[in-house]
Amino acid sequence: MQKTVVGYRKAMTGHKAVAEAMRQIEPDVVAVYPITPQSEIAEYYAEYVHNGVVRTELVPVESEHSAMSACVGAAAAGARVMTATASQGLALMVEVVYIAAGLRLPIVMALANRSLSAPINIHCDHSDAYLARDSGAIQIFAESAQEAYDYMIIAQKLAEDKRVRLPVLVNLDGFTLTHTLQVVELLPDEAVKGFVGEFEPIHPLLDVDNPSTWGAFAMPDYYFELKRAQQAGMEAAPEAFLEVQKAFSELSGRAYRGFFEAYRLEDAERAIVVMGSTAGTAKVVVDELRERGEKVGLLKVWLWRPFVREELVKLLGHLEAVAVLDRALSFGNMGALFLDVTSAFVHEDKRPVFVNYIYGLGGRDVTTDQIKRVYEELKGARPSHELRYLGLRE
Amino acid sequence: MIEIRWHGRGGQGAKTVSQILAQILMREGKHVQAFPEYGPERSGAPVKAYDRISDEEIRIHSGVYNPDIVAVIDETLLESENPTDGLKPDGVLIVNTPRSADEIRRKTGFQGKIIAFNATKVAQEAGTGFPNVPMLGAVVAVLGVDPQVAEEELKETLSHRLPPEVVEKNLKAFRAGYEAAKEVYVGS
Repeated sequence: MQKTVVGYRKAMTGHKAVAEAMRQIEPDVVAVYPITPQSEIAEYYAEYVHNGVVRTELVPVESEHSAMSACVGAAAAGARVMTATASQGLALMVEVVYIAAGLRLPIVMALANRSLSAPINIHCDHSDAYLARDSGAIQIFAESAQEAYDYMIIAQKLAEDKRVRLPVLVNLDGFTLTHTLQVVELLPDEAVKGFVGEFEPIHPLLDVDNPSTWGAFAMPDYYFELKRAQQAGMEAAPEAFLEVQKAFSELSGRAYRGFFEAYRLEDAERAIVVMGSTAGTAKVVVDELRERGEKVGLLKVWLWRPFVREELVKLLGHLEAVAVLDRALSFGNMGALFLDVTSAFVHEDKRPVFVNYIYGLGGRDVTTDQIKRVYEELKGARPSHELRYLGLRE
Repeated sequence: MIEIRWHGRGGQGAKTVSQILAQILMREGKHVQAFPEYGPERSGAPVKAYDRISDEEIRIHSGVYNPDIVAVIDETLLESENPTDGLKPDGVLIVNTPRSADEIRRKTGFQGKIIAFNATKVAQEAGTGFPNVPMLGAVVAVLGVDPQVAEEELKETLSHRLPPEVVEKNLKAFRAGYEAAKEVYVGS
């Protein structure tokens, strides 16, 4: 793919890749709670601030709830705002994430995906992201440190798009991506700055000549209409996402196309749907099985919220059987991603047989053998309400 | 793809050398991954760290189960861990030990190549006291990487956190580990 700038490659962790994207974006304000389960993202960023590399106002607060509250205040004042968290941190934040979305504030947050207590665990799963599923924040999932870096930059422009104006969460798997050194190609600083451009706040609080009210009361006479207007922001997000993604691909030469990455799907009979780093491991299995002549493919979700159903139907409609892999339980029902995928097919006469697997909770390693088992079990799969577990000792 | 597993104890720098190794190989144009295995972090507890090295993009994100090379920074882990677990039969076992390769072979039952050298002594002679860097030298020798490229990377990385004279001692320790392993490895 043609690219317009020349990047440079470095070995770094996912944490560092995200921090580098933030450094290049150089937001006005970063508010973080600097205690575990925070991430090294905040540590790196604090170093940049201390060393004068960025002019960001870093606000170390006394809790994650306060971190998001400070982000909301700063964003309403008219600042470009970013933050990062993980696991319980997001759990405490989430009340205010709803407020950020309701106030249409374009706060960009990296979420290092880690499990929720109890029991206490520090490792990867997607239960934190699932907790914020209905918060009104846009959610993007990265497969690698490279994607985490790229999508942080894409997220900034998407969040600030005037049709959208919503918070964006960029998910990257805890430890698997955040603590693993990988090769990442960074864009030059000025290319990132030019790409995200200047932030233009709408009705900022600090515009004292044009006073505005934020966080107003809305009773039964208006609350409903305001929430409907918020949904319009979400509805505008897919189109804006594709535009920003395309512009970024042209800049970087990395071919990001669509809400989902379709990997060897065209002539596939069986496929897996998955989010995050497991998509990489599954690609290795797809290649291996393809060598043996098996018609298998993979659909990786980049944009989880909003969930673009029409596109999904186009990509999966021809398959015989599809396994949807959820890295969190939605207690009392099938996995949330499974429900997203299957509900997209509710009006379709022709559809694959769908199977749901829960996998990798609390950092349980996801191996190629587990993925192979899924493809094997998809042979002759029949419709069922059974929830299956992958890599579980039973 | 080459996979490497490091065994050390918390504080011995297994994670650090796994990362430096990845950076060295990246300089050589390879794709790399380096990641530690996290548990409750405390000084002295057994720690594992891993590297993956490939000519192609590395997409797999699971743990390493069948390494090509195992590097044991602390010999006492031969008792408490089982460092040869999953090691490929034609792989290489590198152990920091005053004992001979034959003794290590009897102890572990491993049939592949064994490099046994006293990395602790090498580190002491170089004035650093940390056996991880001579062990890094040994792994670099086994991988057949240009030692000068490795030294440049090591120097650059360590210079961020150590004063010049300590960096020099580490380079000496690295080179001694490299030579010790090269001699045994080529000779075996």
